[in-house]
Amino acid sequence: MSLLSIHHPLASAGEQLRVIDNCASAAKAFDDSLAESGLFPLGATGIQVFQINVGKLCNQTCRHCHVDAGPDRREIMSREVAGMCIDALRRTSIPTVDITGGAPELNPNFRWLVEQSRALGRHVMDRSNLTVLLLPSQADLAGFLAEHRVEVVASLPYFLEQQTDAQRGEGVFAKSIEALRKLNSLGYGQPGSGLTLNLVYNPVGAFLPPAQHAIEADFRRELGRRHGIVFNSLHTIANMPISRFLEFLLRGGNYERYMERLVNAYNPAAAAGVMCRYTISVGWDGVLYDCDFNQMLDLPVDHSAPAHIRDFNPALLDRRRIVTGRHCYGCTAGAGSSCGGQIQGPGTGAVRGYSSV
Amino acid sequence: MAGYYHAEDLPHFPDIGKHAPELWQKFSEWYGAVFAEGALSEREKCLIALAVAHAVQCPYCIDAYTQACLEKGSNLEQMTEAVHVASAIRGGASLVHGLQMRNAAEKLSM
Repeated sequence: MSLLSIHHPLASAGEQLRVIDNCASAAKAFDDSLAESGLFPLGATGIQVFQINVGKLCNQTCRHCHVDAGPDRREIMSREVAGMCIDALRRTSIPTVDITGGAPELNPNFRWLVEQSRALGRHVMDRSNLTVLLLPSQADLAGFLAEHRVEVVASLPYFLEQQTDAQRGEGVFAKSIEALRKLNSLGYGQPGSGLTLNLVYNPVGAFLPPAQHAIEADFRRELGRRHGIVFNSLHTIANMPISRFLEFLLRGGNYERYMERLVNAYNPAAAAGVMCRYTISVGWDGVLYDCDFNQMLDLPVDHSAPAHIRDFNPALLDRRRIVTGRHCYGCTAGAGSSCGGQIQGPGTGAVRGYSSV
Repeated sequence: MAGYYHAEDLPHFPDIGKHAPELWQKFSEWYGAVFAEGALSEREKCLIALAVAHAVQCPYCIDAYTQACLEKGSNLEQMTEAVHVASAIRGGASLVHGLQMRNAAEKLSM
């Protein structure tokens, strides 16, 4: 069930921001941490990724979802707004189009967006939950993705059933494995195919992700040995303390400790490389944001121009100041994550094991 | 004092260094080096630490290294096996002293 469907207070972005801003263990403002590492104010460094969130509709209701997506959500991008995205892309040379949701493939304009982006010569990424590939209505989806050389970025929080199902719902692991086999059979993740299949790990609980290289080796070994599955890379992403994960943290009494962990693990190198600096994020209704997390917190871009795709102004956006808040500690902790996986080598603490608490 | 072993005390572990800063500095550097990736991975070292934490029955260490193991990508099956290793050695260490008992008894007996 989405937070919205049960009328939970945390369905409101304003309430989420209130909780985050009043966190006792994250009293230090994110901008103060940036200033100490010479990064304040955090600025964009151009746009390399045009991220489109086509809506909150999803066939799953994952317990950590920062979008509060689910089958009950009806906010999806119209063809008109999708058209504005393509018009904006056409006026730039942004190399990568990153399509996300919800389950982006369930938007009726998803395939049109892919076709148009590819026709413009752009690299396209589909952030897939995998199980969508098995829906009867999407029987030809995997073939469509392969035909258009779309990079698949697939969520799989762990290589075991128990952990995956605990986060993403009963039966999701088995379906995910079936979907991965389907993608592998089309050439995805296979050496020399040019069809990229990347997996995304995120922690199944109130802790930070491991080093990407270490857990990637485990995934490669275990998925290969147990299921014969191959993939290109594994991205590790920390759970952002917003929306459903924030609700999980508060309900379990882990909120303050998790935030303290994030603040203590602030890594300047990770902050310097966060994805928002080279991304523009478009919401389902066309509003522009620095990242998908700011999007869910209703924090639009601040670039002295209307924050809507119809008014897309790459010259101003290229050098905009990034809108920040305490939630940003989620992308700068340890090795860092953003939407693209680990950013830098892990930060060091004097007594790392004990400082994790 | 209301009691022992308060979870909220753990973040104050560095306070130990307040009256012996040089010793704390040495400990911190050595500790950091011990847990750095080497011939053993950081994940393996955390599992060893978790097992030892159970052997020495330190609730602070169990708390810290449960989280650290999860953050290194270990799962509950692996962590439970690590605890069993510690328990088996603890139990075995008791049992193997039975040889001392047997030797002593043999010496004393007719």
